[in-house]
Amino acid sequence: MLDAIGARSVEDLFAHLPEAVRLKQPLDLPKGISEYEIVRYFRERAAENASGYASFLGAGVYHHFRPVLVDNVVARGEFLTSYTPYQAEISQGTLATIFEFQTMICQLTGMDVANASMYDGSTAMAEAAMMAVRATGKGRVLVARSVHPEYREVLRTYAANQGMPVSEFAYLPEMGALDAEDLERKMDGLTAAVIVQSPNFFGVVDRVREAAEIAHRSGALLIVLFTEAVSLGILQPPAAADIVAGELQSFSIPPTYGGPYIGIIATRERFVRQMPGRLVGQTVDSRGNRAFCLTLATREQHIRREKATSNICTNQALLALMASVFMTVYGKQGLRELAEQNLAKAHYLAGRVKPRFGGRFFNEFVARVEGKLPDQVNKTLLKRKIVGGLPLARFYPELADSILLCATEMSRRADMDRVAEVLA
Amino acid sequence: MIDRVRPHLVINERLIFEHSSPGKLGYQLPDLDVPAVEPEEALGPENVRAAIEHFPEVSEVEVVRHYARLSTWNYSLNTGMYPLGSCTMKYNPRVNELVAHIEELAWAHPYQPEPLAQGAMEIMARLEAALAEITGMDAVTLQPAAGAHGELTAILMMRAALAKRGNPRKKILIPDSAHGTNPASAAIAGYAVDNIKSSEAGVLDLGALEQIVTGDVAALMVTNPNTLGVFEENIMQAAGILHAKGALLYMDGANMNALMGIARPGDFGVDALHLNLHKTFSTPHGGGGPGAGPVAVKKELEPFLPLPRLKRSAKRWAYDYKRKHSIGRVRAFYGNFGVMVRALAYILAHGGPGLRKVTLDAVLNANYIRKGLEPYYELPYQSPSMHEVVFSDQRQAQKGVHTGDIAKRLIDYGFHPYTVSFPLIVHGALMIEPTETETKRELDRFIEAMTAIAHEVESDPQMVKTAPHGTGTSRVDEVAAARKPVLRWKPA
Amino acid sequence: MYPENLRYTKEHEWVRVEGNTGTIGITDHAQQELGDIVYVDMPKVGTRVEQGKTLGSVESVKAVSDIYAPVSGDVVEINQTLADAPEKLNEDPHGEAWLVKIRLSVPAEFEKLMSAAEYQTYIGAEK
Repeated sequence: MLDAIGARSVEDLFAHLPEAVRLKQPLDLPKGISEYEIVRYFRERAAENASGYASFLGAGVYHHFRPVLVDNVVARGEFLTSYTPYQAEISQGTLATIFEFQTMICQLTGMDVANASMYDGSTAMAEAAMMAVRATGKGRVLVARSVHPEYREVLRTYAANQGMPVSEFAYLPEMGALDAEDLERKMDGLTAAVIVQSPNFFGVVDRVREAAEIAHRSGALLIVLFTEAVSLGILQPPAAADIVAGELQSFSIPPTYGGPYIGIIATRERFVRQMPGRLVGQTVDSRGNRAFCLTLATREQHIRREKATSNICTNQALLALMASVFMTVYGKQGLRELAEQNLAKAHYLAGRVKPRFGGRFFNEFVARVEGKLPDQVNKTLLKRKIVGGLPLARFYPELADSILLCATEMSRRADMDRVAEVLA
Repeated sequence: MIDRVRPHLVINERLIFEHSSPGKLGYQLPDLDVPAVEPEEALGPENVRAAIEHFPEVSEVEVVRHYARLSTWNYSLNTGMYPLGSCTMKYNPRVNELVAHIEELAWAHPYQPEPLAQGAMEIMARLEAALAEITGMDAVTLQPAAGAHGELTAILMMRAALAKRGNPRKKILIPDSAHGTNPASAAIAGYAVDNIKSSEAGVLDLGALEQIVTGDVAALMVTNPNTLGVFEENIMQAAGILHAKGALLYMDGANMNALMGIARPGDFGVDALHLNLHKTFSTPHGGGGPGAGPVAVKKELEPFLPLPRLKRSAKRWAYDYKRKHSIGRVRAFYGNFGVMVRALAYILAHGGPGLRKVTLDAVLNANYIRKGLEPYYELPYQSPSMHEVVFSDQRQAQKGVHTGDIAKRLIDYGFHPYTVSFPLIVHGALMIEPTETETKRELDRFIEAMTAIAHEVESDPQMVKTAPHGTGTSRVDEVAAARKPVLRWKPA
Repeated sequence: MYPENLRYTKEHEWVRVEGNTGTIGITDHAQQELGDIVYVDMPKVGTRVEQGKTLGSVESVKAVSDIYAPVSGDVVEINQTLADAPEKLNEDPHGEAWLVKIRLSVPAEFEKLMSAAEYQTYIGAEK
C-alpha cells in the first residue's frame, strides 16, 4: 500500500505536521488487553454496583420487564451497525421502523405528528419550550414546580442565553397537583408556553385541563410532559396539549445508570415546521412502490445552520427501535394490562403506606416518614436488600420528611410488605 | 460486470399496523399477587382513556418476522464499508455489547445510593481520565448526549468563563467549511455567527483571522483536521491570535481519529473540544443514535463544567454538587452511561499503542484511496490528506453527472455512498473516510467500483444519473415527501 | 426572456409596480438554482418590510433561500395558491407564482433596481 501511495513508511504521512504540535511521548495509557480481560474488568465493576436488590425508585427512571424479543431484534447488525438513513434506497428497514414509531407515538399521545426522537425527556422538554417560543413569537415560559426537578434545571440552562425567562408556579400542598390560582396569577400575554407534567414528579395525575384553559386564554401554548410512558396505557392522553414532550425509557430501555434514553416531541399539524429533530415521511420510489425517506430536512442544522430549529443531529434510532418492539409485543391490550398492573401494585403499597398527597396517582406516590429520618428508613431497607423510595429533601426542602415511592409490575408483594413494615 | 452484488429474494414487508388483527397477543404478564384495582375508581373516570386506536395487535412470530424482514432492507457495517467522510464508521466490537449488557450495569438506577453505584462511577472516572490523556486536556464531562450537545455545552462554558472575566462577548467565528451543528449550537447559546472564509489552500486564513478577531469575538470553532481532511498547520498561531485578544479556541473533535497518539489538541492551543464516542470510539450508530459527546477542557474552564462532578472522597467516589460556577445541567442524570461503557471497552482493548496504530492505519487507508482515485476524480486541494479525502465532481459534471448520482451508482456496486456535497466549500464534493478497520481488499474493491463508475460517466452517463438500478427500492421522490408530508400511518 | 416591465435585484427577486402596489416574486434563474420547490414561507398580511431585509424564504428538498424585499412597504396580499402548489414557482415564476403584494412606502426605490437587460447581463456574468 505504501508503494502505491509513494511513501516509505506510514510515519511519512504525518511528516507535514508542524514539529511543535507533534506528541513526543506515547500516550500514558496501559497497553491493550484481550476480550476476556475486558469482560473481567467490567464484571468486577458490576460487582461494585447493587446486585439483586428490589427497588422502589422511580423519579423519572422506571423498572419494567423487558420483553426478550427487544434485545434479540436490536442485536441484528442491520439495525445495530447501520448509519443514519440518509440514503433511502438502502435504509428502508430503519426508515420503516421509525415511521411506525412516529405513528405509535401519535396514537398513544393523541397528537397529529411525532418526531423520530430527541436525546431524552429533559432535553425534549427544553426543545419543546424553544419550539413554543418560535411558534408564538413570545419569550416567556412558565413551568410547574411539580415537573421533574432535574428537567427544570436543564430548561434553565437552555433558556439562559436565549432571552427566555423561566418562572415557576406552585403545587397545592394537599393535593400534590398544580396550583391553578398561582398559575393564573403568574400568567401574562408575554408567555409562550406553560409546562406541566402528568403524572407529575410526585406521581399525581395533574390538572392538565385547568392549565390548558389558563394558558390558551392568554395566547400561550400548553406543553404536557410525561416521564412514565407506561401511564399512557391507561391515562387519558393530553388532548388539550399543543406539544407533548416525554421520556420513553419505560418502554424497554434499561435504566443504564442514567442513559442513553429516548425523548419524544409530538404536536399538532400546524406546528410541524417548528419541530426539531428528524422526521420520516412516506413517499414512492421511481417504480411506484411505497417507500420512506427523511423529510422536511430544511428545518435542520445541516441546511439551516444557525437558523435551524435545533442543533440536534442524532435521533436515538436504536432506542426508538427497542421501544417499537416493546410496543408491538405488548400491543393495544398489553399496554393496558401492563398499566393496570402498575396501578394495582402501587395502590396496594399505598394501602399500607399512606400517601401524603390527596391527588389521584398512577404508579408513584409521596409518603411522609413518621418518627424517623428518610435516610434511616432506607438504610434499614438496604439491609433487607431493598432500595427504598427517593428522599425528597434534595429537591423539595418543604418535603424533607418524605420519600417518593414507585411500584411497578416488577414489584413483589413480599417486598412491598417489608417496606410498609419498616415505614410503620 | 458488477460481481460484488447480485439480485436476491427479499420479502416485501408491510407496516406492522397492516399485519394487525384484533385480539392477537404477543405478550404474557405474570398474574397479579395483589388485588386488581378498578381504573375508574383509582384514577377518576375522566382520567381513564379509551383503547389506543389502531395500535398494533400481533403475535410474537409476526413481530420477529416483521423486524427480520425489515432488517434485510438495510445496509450496515455488517454488510460492508461506509466511506462516509467525518462519520468514522469503524467496526463496532461485539465485546462492547456484551459488557454493556451486564445486569448490574444495565439495571443501575441513577438515583441508587452512591455506595451501591461505585462500579458505575469508577467506569465514568476511568473514561474521563483516558479521554483527558488522549486529548491532552485537564478535565472532561461525560454529560452531553451527542456531539452537537457537547458543542452547546462547551460554548455555554466558554460564555460563562468570559462573562466571569467581565464580558461574554457577542460573536463566534465559524469557518465556511464547518459542520452545520457548529453554527446551530452557537445560536442556541445566544451568539451571533460570523463566517470566516477558508484560504485558497482550504485551511484557516491567518490574515483573515487577524482582521476579524475583535473584542466582540468570544471564540473560533475549528475542526482539526478540517472537513477537507487536512491538518490545520496554523492552528497554534490561530490560538495565539485568539488568546491575545482574550478569545478562546474551540475544536470540533469529530476528526479525532486522525490524531490519537500523534498530536493532542491540548498541546496545540485548544481551550475546549468535544468528542464523538460513536465516531472515534467505535460505539454503534444504531441507525442514527444513541451517541455521546463528552467535552474536554483546559483547567481555566474546569469550574464551569456541568454538575455534578465526580470526586474522590475517603477512597470512594461521590458526586459534588457544590459547584457555584457550573453552567448547570445540560440533561437529567449523568450522561449516556451505556455508550460510555462501550467506549471504555474500546479504549481498554487498544490501549495507548493501539490507539496510535488506529490513527496510523486510518490515515494510511485514506491516502491509499486518494492515490487510487486521483486519476479519475478532481482533487480540489493538493494538501496532504489525513484520515479522509475530499474530491469534487468537476470532471463528471461536464457530462452532466453530479456527486449525488455517482453516490447512487456506488450503491449498485455494493457500497454505501460517501458523504455527498459536503463540505460546502467544495462544489460537488465527494468526502471519503474509510477508517482503519477496512481491509486492503475492501479498499481495492471500493477503488475498482469508483473507477468503473468514472468510466461509465464517459460511456453511459444516463446509467449513472438514474442509479441505483439494483436495489429493491429505487430512487425515492423526496420532493413529494416534502411537498405533502405524510408523517404517520393512517387506516384507509 | 426576462419581462421588460419587471425590475430585478441582485438577490434574484423581481418586482412589478401598478399604481402604488408592488408585486414581488423570484426570478426564473432563482427557481432553476433551487430545483423543485417544496415550500414557501411568507410574511403575514400587514407586515412591514424594508428594502434589502428578508421577507420570507423558499425551500427545496436540500436548500433554503431567503427572499429579500426589493422595495419597502406593507404586505397587503399573499399568494395563497403557493401553499398548496409550491411547484407553481418552478412553472411560472414571473406570473402566476408571485409571492406577495405590498403597498409601497418609498416608490422611488423601484427605479433604482435593474432593468431586464441589466439583470440578464448580471446573471450572465455570475456564471
